[in-house]
Amino acid sequence: MDPVFLLEQSLNGLQFGLMLFLLTAGLTLVFGVMDMINLAHGSLYMVGAFVAAWLQQLTGSFVLAVGGSVLITAAFGMLLEMGLLRTLYARDHLSQVLATFALILILNDGVKLVFGTDLPLSAPEALSGPVQIAPGLPYPSYRLLILGVGVALAVVLYLLVARTRLGALVRAGASNRPMAEAMGVNIRGLFTLVFGIGAGLCAVAGALLGPLLAVQVGMGEHILILAFVVIVIGGIGSIRGALVGALLVGFVDTLGRTLLQQALREVLPPQWASAAGPALASVMVYVLMAGVLAFKPQGLFPARG
Amino acid sequence: MTRPVSEPGFAQRATLLGVAVAALALPSLLTVLGADYYISFASRVIIYAIAATSLNLVLGYGGMVSFGHAAFFGLGAYVTAIAITEGLLSPLAHAGLVVLICGIVAAAIGAVALRTRGVYFIMSTLAFAQMLFYVCNSIKGYGGDEGLNLKARTELVAGLTLKDPTTLYFVALALLALLLWAVSRFVPSRLGRAVVAMRDDVDRAEALGFATYRLQLAMFTAAGMIGGLAGLLHANAQGYVSPGLLHWTQSGTLMVMVILGGVGRLWGGVLGAATLLLLQEVVGLYTTHWELAVGVVLLAFVLFARNGLAGLPQAWRERRARKAAP
Repeated sequence: MDPVFLLEQSLNGLQFGLMLFLLTAGLTLVFGVMDMINLAHGSLYMVGAFVAAWLQQLTGSFVLAVGGSVLITAAFGMLLEMGLLRTLYARDHLSQVLATFALILILNDGVKLVFGTDLPLSAPEALSGPVQIAPGLPYPSYRLLILGVGVALAVVLYLLVARTRLGALVRAGASNRPMAEAMGVNIRGLFTLVFGIGAGLCAVAGALLGPLLAVQVGMGEHILILAFVVIVIGGIGSIRGALVGALLVGFVDTLGRTLLQQALREVLPPQWASAAGPALASVMVYVLMAGVLAFKPQGLFPARG
Repeated sequence: MTRPVSEPGFAQRATLLGVAVAALALPSLLTVLGADYYISFASRVIIYAIAATSLNLVLGYGGMVSFGHAAFFGLGAYVTAIAITEGLLSPLAHAGLVVLICGIVAAAIGAVALRTRGVYFIMSTLAFAQMLFYVCNSIKGYGGDEGLNLKARTELVAGLTLKDPTTLYFVALALLALLLWAVSRFVPSRLGRAVVAMRDDVDRAEALGFATYRLQLAMFTAAGMIGGLAGLLHANAQGYVSPGLLHWTQSGTLMVMVILGGVGRLWGGVLGAATLLLLQEVVGLYTTHWELAVGVVLLAFVLFARNGLAGLPQAWRERRARKAAP
């Protein structure tokens, strides 16, 4: 196996994993602490990407577009939480599924009405070329930016959860919500804020991935399931679990798509390899999840305790 | 949730008879009115009603929140389409293959997923359904991600195939009627009561000596088979199958139908399928933005009608009773 190719694919995996982490950080907390299944979380990612694309058209600046989109999406998320999702926390999972499924339909169509079915979003001009990061390995500079932002946000989020008062309150809620409430923590108010931050992080992921993938209606539905897989692998309600789960899923998915297919081509006849490759690559992530659940039914880092 | 099991009263029998007569007369009526298109629409409602009712067996009576039921629906459709592509047209062969394959797959998925509970069960069923979705996406020999056109249909007897909308309608109606009858017989039976007892409290049912895991697995497998049969009909109705049939949003739609109609209620799947599809159809006549309207209706529904459409008469009766008694 070519080491340069391996390095490149590992970087891609790391980058995808970090973006998945941004998407799951808020979702896992709402899921774990509020016991709420929010299928519409992927829609926030879509909203973030569309708002960024729209702001880029308006201002011409990528940085303004991403920053503005984060603020707008976070505000939108908080409004959504206060107006609707909050009333669902006390309901059973079925009602939550129905309501947030309805929300997907509404947001998909709403975005279509406001922005159309898709919008162009392009990476900044200055980052269009590749950078030589190792001998024989030119790597797109825009992907390096995503990596950098992802790492920086992961560190900030870690510090926020592990080192601040806000983080301590959130962890208390995740570990034992009734106890935290009995100790006087305003979990409801706290979670409006958590939801807002989660929505903002979705917008970061949506805006940064926008130039690589397409900004289109329905983009949230695909990524949502991967986000849930990450959460289940990591342990529902655990930020640390979300980070580890996201990186695992990012690596397995990316390497599965490239290395696995290459390996298959070496051991199987070509027509078999080309038939089994894509299916196996897409399925790898779910196999990983089933494997983790078989040994650790509560995920890798159970939050409750 | 549990209601006393009583013999149906006169009003219920009359309603049932009315529904049966209306369902039987519908194709002729639509032909007379020159609205033939709606025969296919009615078949679609019935097919989804079968699929939703089979999900309701798992979800409503069994208390297992399966988020991957479209996998069986889609698998049934694919098995039928592939059998037809290979030149096999016999209805018994189609039904046999669908029941066999969907049964094996459902048993395998259930055997693993039922070891988990709560949200982990939801996510496991979702994960397995996604696996099947990707498998169907990659079977290049049968269309891959573009789907597969059916070059023929299931042939009931020589010359009579499911390509004819009216034939398809009556076959689907017969299957739905059979299913509803079976469910109505099953629920008050000893086994049915055991299943409902498991839904209300698995640990208690287990302590009472029921083989909960095996019972749940049996329910899950049976529901998968019935879902597959709905898929068989769907493939025939559309003349086309695609991986989209197994997508998680399709599982979500089936779940929405059950919740909308009434979880754990005999007519829940039927009411939910009919309401959702009618809503899409009617709103679709006026605007391309039917998703928005349907979403708003569903949302209003979650917030204001907690026991599904099938629960509304009971809710009204209770409200009237409360008003009458000061």
